[in-house]
Amino acid sequence: MIPINYYIILSAVLFTIGTLGVLTRRNALIIFMSVELMLNAANLAFVAFARAREIATGQPLFDGQIFVFFVIAVAAAEVAVGLALIVEIFKSKRSIDVDQMSSMKG
Amino acid sequence: MNLTPQDYQVLTPYILLTVWACILLLVDLFIPKDRKGLTAMLAALGLALTLGFILSQIGIERVGFSGMVVLDGFSTFVNALLLVSGLLGIALAYGYVKRMGIERGEYYTLLLFSITGMMLMAQAADLIVIFIALELLSIPLYILAAFARPKVESEEAGMKYFLLGAFATGFVVYGTALVFGATGSTELSAIVAYASDGTPGLLLTIGAALILVGFGFKVAAVPFHMWTPDVYQGAPTAVTAFMSSGAKIAGFAALLRVFATAFPYIAADMTDVLWALAALTMIVGNFVAISQTDIKRMLAYSSIAHAGYILMAFVPYGNPDVRDVSIAAGLFYLVSYAVTNFGAWGVVIALEKNEGRGLAIADYAGLGKKYPALAAAMTVFMLSLIGLPPTIGLVGKFYLFRAVIAGGFTWLAIIGVLTSLVSAYYYLRVVVTMYMNDGEPETERETWLGLTTGATALVTVLLSFTPQVLFAWASEAVLKLF
Repeated sequence: MIPINYYIILSAVLFTIGTLGVLTRRNALIIFMSVELMLNAANLAFVAFARAREIATGQPLFDGQIFVFFVIAVAAAEVAVGLALIVEIFKSKRSIDVDQMSSMKG
Repeated sequence: MNLTPQDYQVLTPYILLTVWACILLLVDLFIPKDRKGLTAMLAALGLALTLGFILSQIGIERVGFSGMVVLDGFSTFVNALLLVSGLLGIALAYGYVKRMGIERGEYYTLLLFSITGMMLMAQAADLIVIFIALELLSIPLYILAAFARPKVESEEAGMKYFLLGAFATGFVVYGTALVFGATGSTELSAIVAYASDGTPGLLLTIGAALILVGFGFKVAAVPFHMWTPDVYQGAPTAVTAFMSSGAKIAGFAALLRVFATAFPYIAADMTDVLWALAALTMIVGNFVAISQTDIKRMLAYSSIAHAGYILMAFVPYGNPDVRDVSIAAGLFYLVSYAVTNFGAWGVVIALEKNEGRGLAIADYAGLGKKYPALAAAMTVFMLSLIGLPPTIGLVGKFYLFRAVIAGGFTWLAIIGVLTSLVSAYYYLRVVVTMYMNDGEPETERETWLGLTTGATALVTVLLSFTPQVLFAWASEAVLKLF
């Protein structure tokens, strides 16, 4: 069996890639994808932790898996709003580059 | 698991408000385009009914849904404050959306959904519920910030708020995952039970720190504040008024509940971080506000600075002797900030005109001569934001500094006093412009707007004479938290 550490390291790597993606990429869609990567890194960690603890204690533990369902559902709702916003801004600016969203300064 | 009527009693306010909002969404379809004021009235009625129900529950304490949600004095206090904020938000928006040509029924429905999320934040006792509540309050606010589309500023505000908000959510979720990994539970009471037997472990500390980062974004603490000025400036002003009070109250309520209930055993690690966050937020917020010429941007930085003052109340959270009094001081400060803030934004709304005109501080010249009542109200709000008598802002800062000094953080209190002095410069500049400079400002006369501004000004002054009543209620609310 694959040890739990491997899952946790993978999820930490995914989370870091997501965070760096949000901070360095300038396309709103790519930033949004990076955020999704962060959420999925958390999902992976939840499932891995829940399973590892189940094996260790012999007791069923549903909290982790249930949280993942909530995250997936909420992420879907976020996609609906986020893509609508991106489409709106593309209609008026013909671009979704976040560096060009600078009509306000101070 | 069996659900009893008691479980549902804990959640009745949400069920009431959610059902009301859903029905309102349908009813709104049958209200003609030029009569959308009716939707506003119905939304306000829903809030008032919920407020009545919440107030009828004072003194009841209960845990529902197997420890997922709690009903206690703390949640009742915060929920009442949030519902009043919602009512003020609707009163400010009533004429504003009509005048700006963005009057759509969805505005009020989204406001109701957002308030439901905020209220759930105050009552959550499980990290899953906190996550759901956080999203329920944020997603409607993203839409509301972009409500004035196709105005580019508003769309940009919505976009920036959305991207940074989703980023913050990522931190909260990952932090929750690590806390779950360390403790095997997402329930706040189980997390605290795990850590009480000695060493909390690195995983738990990192998880708590990531949750703090996520909430730092939500309440606009430095260095997670970059989105705030743009979003507050670009969003429709009535939305900004609601967002800057409501989202802040809910964010701090959840932060308070999570840290005081679940993480008291890592206070030694967290206190320094919170100290630095509070100090940085006060310093950066107040100093950057000095150079602003746009009133919305200035008030945005002012709201960042006030997040720093409220954060001060968290610093001694691990010290059981002063914890209760400092949390009560934090709650009191939230009330005083919310009242003053709504009033100040109300004055901004009164002077704002189409196409974003009337928003420079220079546009306030001559207000004192032409509209003495409005100028007097604005003076009261500015004095309260500085923390000068005779306003509630002074009392709030007094309680806060006293609690922080009692906790042994004298330097933090000194930074607080010094930055308040700095803030006097930019707040008083508005007052000076109103009374000393000549100009011909134009204001909008709207019944609800005038009533809101007048009432908040009155409360700001009157509460400073009898603050004990409110403070006693806040202390009561906190004692029942644990």
